[in-house]
Amino acid sequence: MTSQPISEADLHAWADERLAPARRAAVEAWLADHPDDHARVDDWRRDARLLRRALAQVAEQAMPPRLALPAPQSRLAPFAPMAALLLVAAVGAGVGWTARDRTAARSTIDAFAQRAAVAHVVYTPDMRRPVEVGAEQEQQLLTWLSKRLGDGVEAPALQPLGYRLVGGRLLPGEHHPVAQFMYEDAQAHRLTLYVSREVRADAAEPARFRFASAEGVHTFYWVDGRFGYAISAEADKTRLLEVAHAVHDQLDPPK
Amino acid sequence: MRVDDQVQLLACIPHLRRYARALLADAHLADDLVQDTLERACWKLSFWQRRSGLRAWTFSIMHNLFVDRLRSDRLRAERPLDEAALDMLAAPAQHDRLELRDVDRVLQRLPVEQRSVLLLVAVEELSYEDVARILEIPVGTVMSRLSRAREAMRGRLGSTIEARREPLQRVK
Repeated sequence: MTSQPISEADLHAWADERLAPARRAAVEAWLADHPDDHARVDDWRRDARLLRRALAQVAEQAMPPRLALPAPQSRLAPFAPMAALLLVAAVGAGVGWTARDRTAARSTIDAFAQRAAVAHVVYTPDMRRPVEVGAEQEQQLLTWLSKRLGDGVEAPALQPLGYRLVGGRLLPGEHHPVAQFMYEDAQAHRLTLYVSREVRADAAEPARFRFASAEGVHTFYWVDGRFGYAISAEADKTRLLEVAHAVHDQLDPPK
Repeated sequence: MRVDDQVQLLACIPHLRRYARALLADAHLADDLVQDTLERACWKLSFWQRRSGLRAWTFSIMHNLFVDRLRSDRLRAERPLDEAALDMLAAPAQHDRLELRDVDRVLQRLPVEQRSVLLLVAVEELSYEDVARILEIPVGTVMSRLSRAREAMRGRLGSTIEARREPLQRVK
């Protein structure tokens, strides 16, 4: 298929899995005839694997608080987007949000709930700009979030339970964005609804509520065939469960 | 800052931390470098022309800051290992695994220009073209440094694990 001689660059590209199939086949055929070089590139691959495994823990660690919180005198302090970015990571560290937690068998959805709780803690105290798009632009908010998540999202109506919609924002999930809606009651207590496509159920599984609590924040969460949902608040657990039921009934009505 | 960019910038942080940590063999220095990189990336984001991906762009910023520091001698890449930080960060010793301190020891024996190429290719898995852009060198130079780095490393990591497996038989 190719008469181009095998170069050192080809060997690297083979070790790094960057060759198109035709070229890869040619290199592999050549390596079969050159055992010393084969051993060499196998060692390269093995060393790369060992390095990645050993360094994975750094990528997976929670951010140390020192890194994440800008110093008070920092010229960044007025620079809100950066502060918000770092604060998410810092609070993640504080509530034990690490990928190591995520590697336990049952923990993909539990990690999702942890992220929801973190996001709740980060954004609900904000008085000036708690949401990116306010409830007065609800339709635009939903259109935007639906586009980013890749499926239609809705903000459930929670007025019967005493909560009005404040607005929403987009946040980083593990690989794709997630949506956060914020609600507020008459006493300015806030509740957040976190919606993600990254955790979804097999169609066959019935939705069931799970509960987690950390640092005074309660979270009810569940998945259906389209999304994972998490409702977080500092509110009384019973009241929060009522909200969870209301949200579930509106977004994922019983058949 | 656009939300999309904010989301993506957040996702870069673990990669930047990993690369800085491996490059510098010192957790505190690494996090200093990452923090400065993030600050600069936030300020410059409006100027980013999107010729490369965001991650490669943030790595370029980090590389420039790293080089500036090397030049100004505030930071020497070949510092003695920060043992206390390594102890804090290293996972419990497993006898068939490499520890972070093993990686530091082996990597620090490489000249920094080989170390950076090896890490960006083998660990960060960036393309050779992105690595060339980040380090501001031709692709040919990336490949030759990669060759030297891989040959120099060859077998050292594996033999570290072998040595750990049979500590009583290791002869000094």
